[in-house]
Amino acid sequence: MISTPATVADDNVLLRTTGLTRHFRLGGLLSRRMLHAVDDLDMVIHEREIVALVGESGSGKTTVARLLAMIYPPTRGDILYRGRSVHKLHSRKDVLWYRGEVPMVFQDPYSAMNPVFRVAHGVMRNLKLHRRDLDGAQRREEAERVFDIVGLNPAADMLRKFPYEMSGGQRQRVGFAQALAVRPKLILADEPVSMLDVSIRAGILNMMARLRAEEETSILYITHDIASARYVADRIIVMYAGHAVEQGPTEVVLSRPKHPYTRLLLSAVPDPREKAVPVSADSGEPPRVIDPGEGCRFRQRCPYAIDKCATVTPLPRPMGPAHDAACHVAVPDVVDGDEAGTAGEWRRTPAPADQSLFG
Amino acid sequence: MPEPLLEVENLSVSYLTDTADIRAVEKVNLSVQAGEFLGIVGESGCGKSTLLFAIAQLLSPPAEVTSGRVVFRGQDLVRLTDNELRLVRWRDYSVVMQSAMNALNPMKSIGAQFKDTMRAHERVSANAIRTRSAEVLHLVGIDATHLESYPHQLSGGMRQRAMIAMALLFTPQLVIMDEPTSALDVVAQRSLMTQIKELQQKLGFAVMFVTHDMSVIANYSDRLMVMYAGQVAEIGATRSIFERPLHPYSKGLLDAFPSVRGPRRPLTGIPGSPPDLGRPPTGCRFHPRCSEVMTQCLTTEPELFSVEATEVRCLLYADSAEPAVAR
Repeated sequence: MISTPATVADDNVLLRTTGLTRHFRLGGLLSRRMLHAVDDLDMVIHEREIVALVGESGSGKTTVARLLAMIYPPTRGDILYRGRSVHKLHSRKDVLWYRGEVPMVFQDPYSAMNPVFRVAHGVMRNLKLHRRDLDGAQRREEAERVFDIVGLNPAADMLRKFPYEMSGGQRQRVGFAQALAVRPKLILADEPVSMLDVSIRAGILNMMARLRAEEETSILYITHDIASARYVADRIIVMYAGHAVEQGPTEVVLSRPKHPYTRLLLSAVPDPREKAVPVSADSGEPPRVIDPGEGCRFRQRCPYAIDKCATVTPLPRPMGPAHDAACHVAVPDVVDGDEAGTAGEWRRTPAPADQSLFG
Repeated sequence: MPEPLLEVENLSVSYLTDTADIRAVEKVNLSVQAGEFLGIVGESGCGKSTLLFAIAQLLSPPAEVTSGRVVFRGQDLVRLTDNELRLVRWRDYSVVMQSAMNALNPMKSIGAQFKDTMRAHERVSANAIRTRSAEVLHLVGIDATHLESYPHQLSGGMRQRAMIAMALLFTPQLVIMDEPTSALDVVAQRSLMTQIKELQQKLGFAVMFVTHDMSVIANYSDRLMVMYAGQVAEIGATRSIFERPLHPYSKGLLDAFPSVRGPRRPLTGIPGSPPDLGRPPTGCRFHPRCSEVMTQCLTTEPELFSVEATEVRCLLYADSAEPAVAR
């Protein structure tokens, strides 16, 4: 596999997955039907880096987060965290160490907190469990510090509140404070803003950027909203039906998308500043990934599909510096003065009717 | 101008609790013409869903219409009895709920639910039901074999389409939609919006569409109403609000989401959170969060002012405009 960005030095790699795969058996014990949630994912997260994992519901992005959070083991493949294989961590000490370094923030701030405890409870418990060296007073001090960082002030008052006394945005900040209390190196944020009102999303996104700058944490930002990924992330990984179909630096992927799915995603983002109404026949239906055979999983929806797409699963190929796409048809960037982003770089020119898809 | 299909006059809704009278909707005036697409946007807790429920007469205690009228085709819906409502509701106007997952019965096939709906409003033969059900499913692009399917066998997008099909069973003149796209991702969302617009143009019904995400309806709605704290903050042509938002709240909403195109710029969102409607702020209800707040905003409650074809509730426009006359 060739998905490791060639230009980025490997010495500050925090986490790396190789061939990460997770299948779920459907039906009873004797059933042979397998749901392929994630297949052969190779990705890297560097220190102090925000990586966005983008895809529609059912693309496997939450499964990736759960694999990284050790909620379940991978079917195949490996997760290396600072060079150590994560699913070979067995002792309580090692598991605690990993969970402290890589905490998770959940999607739904309304159900992620116990309603009968004050919000201080979660933070204090994390501190007790993961930072044994602190005494009671220090724990309280630390809890106030992390509440301050995530913008919940005055921290002393906020710590005394119950979840029902807080708005959705505030609860999500509590989620980040809990993660932050354990001095994480990498926060797994699973759709942290999708349940929140549009008007307060920006605040959470800005806070994530600040955590990276001031606390030096990396963040895996899982989202279906490619616009917010662009806003905070350094790199983007686009997932489709369990495969990483494209990854690269955010601005490169968004300005010169190579995979037809990335192009479809980008064209679907509503932009009130633009007048044109993009029209497409695409139904927006995610594919079924139960016992998929060989071949590209996007081919049924792809206007550029060729015969090979039905028989050979495309592997990630370099498209430019640190930029990969898993597509048989995509053509890599030509260095210097290429006309990237136009239909001209595609080997097979689409029929006129198809062009509206990427208008 | 022709007689509007729906006219809401001075509508107020309160949630009456032991300790407080929470005024979720206050003195809302609006009209919907036949075949029009009206978008309603605002944050959670601004009263937009309550307004829809009040119009559809679906409120249940402790919520109560405290004043005003909802005139639909010459009839005041607020005064109708349940039996009289049954003749109008779903036949002449229908509702698509936010979460199709919860709105559909998981124990019944789609076809059975369509049958229930039709039987509740009309004496019809089993044959006619089957034909009509297949017809409406076909309208939303779902194969008629899915009449046998149960909700869990359909994807989120298909469930939402099935809900829309159900709303179209009687070819209503008004379809009320409460955030039907909020559980979908962008590709499915765009496809559903395009389909709603196509159906609307084909069948000629009017749409009232509630959402918290302004960008969703930017290219689909004719007129837009921005709600804040139970009141109309701004109402006007969608294009003009997007190009020249007048109310600082509308500006804030428009600047709240990042764009995939153009330069990356820092976003601020709107600081603070919506007010407690049991104790709304004095003066302008938006003043604690407003970036252009003036001293009189703390004490004077603004009326709706007409600025060209737009109406806006903001004192910035008090001098330049005449107070809008309640229609």
